[in-house]
Amino acid sequence: MDVMTMLYFLISFMIVAAVIAVEARDLLSAVLSVSAAGAGLSIVFLLLGAPDLAITQVVVEVLCLVILIRAVVTRKDVTVELRSNTFAVAAGLIFCALLCVVCLSAFSGLVPFGAPRMTMSNPYLLESFARTGAANAVMGVLLDFRAYDTLGEATVIFASIIGAYVLLRHVGRKPETGH
Amino acid sequence: MRGMTPIVKTVTSLVSAFILLYGIYIVLYGHLTPGGGFAGGVILACCFILLVLAFGRVFVGDVISERSPYVWDCVGALAFLAVALLGYYGGTFFHNVLAQPGNYRLLSGGTILPCNIAIGIKVAACLFGVFVVLSVFRARRHGPSEG
Repeated sequence: MDVMTMLYFLISFMIVAAVIAVEARDLLSAVLSVSAAGAGLSIVFLLLGAPDLAITQVVVEVLCLVILIRAVVTRKDVTVELRSNTFAVAAGLIFCALLCVVCLSAFSGLVPFGAPRMTMSNPYLLESFARTGAANAVMGVLLDFRAYDTLGEATVIFASIIGAYVLLRHVGRKPETGH
Repeated sequence: MRGMTPIVKTVTSLVSAFILLYGIYIVLYGHLTPGGGFAGGVILACCFILLVLAFGRVFVGDVISERSPYVWDCVGALAFLAVALLGYYGGTFFHNVLAQPGNYRLLSGGTILPCNIAIGIKVAACLFGVFVVLSVFRARRHGPSEG
């Protein structure tokens, strides 16, 4: 099986998993479907020759699965039945079809898949090992040529995690009543 | 709170050291092989979470306090900033003052290695901290029998 067939198979698997994740009645099934979509994405990265991204994707996916199941999903969650709205479904389908048509006309103008016009990144790839000594060119770009961007990303993670600490702290929180 | 069955505890105690070693390897050799500070840090956080899940929060609480993730998070962020400021020694922000291109050694990447270590510490601490905070919150919401 060549790479493109595998890619189409994996992408359709991911779409099915995402639809199941949105539509599933049970919260646990939805979480597992999200993880299945993420695992498919990591295999896609591996097939396209991006092992750094594949490793990061698979470990983050495992961590997300553990945190979601352990700390979010509880047995006390109840599912509420919603009546299906005909107008909403019809509007959604119409907009999906419209998006497909627009995307098809837009994608026909792109460069062919797997052959990007690399004018800016070619010097990075050619000079990465000679100038930084990093045999892994991804790290050479991330932490040397574009290290300022990485500092910004680290700051974003830092700020979001500090926000999570503040929202979930128990110092200074009023004791809950009820339960 | 008390942890899981003896089977899970035994397997965890056998495996966790190797997971920790693999995470450290991914962090240290990020500039030579695929991986890097972020992926290695997430593996380290997964190892800590495995220990908490298998042995219970009380057992792990003797080794790692609830405050220490915040502290190590800040230490990692400041260390990354310190490496960035070290670049002024060579002229500009983030200048790679230690680079020795040409050999495939651990130190050949120059400042990439300290950057990876700082990011690894930061990511491991902050993701583990999120898990600790969420499980503490859940234990307080549902009573002390769980967690």
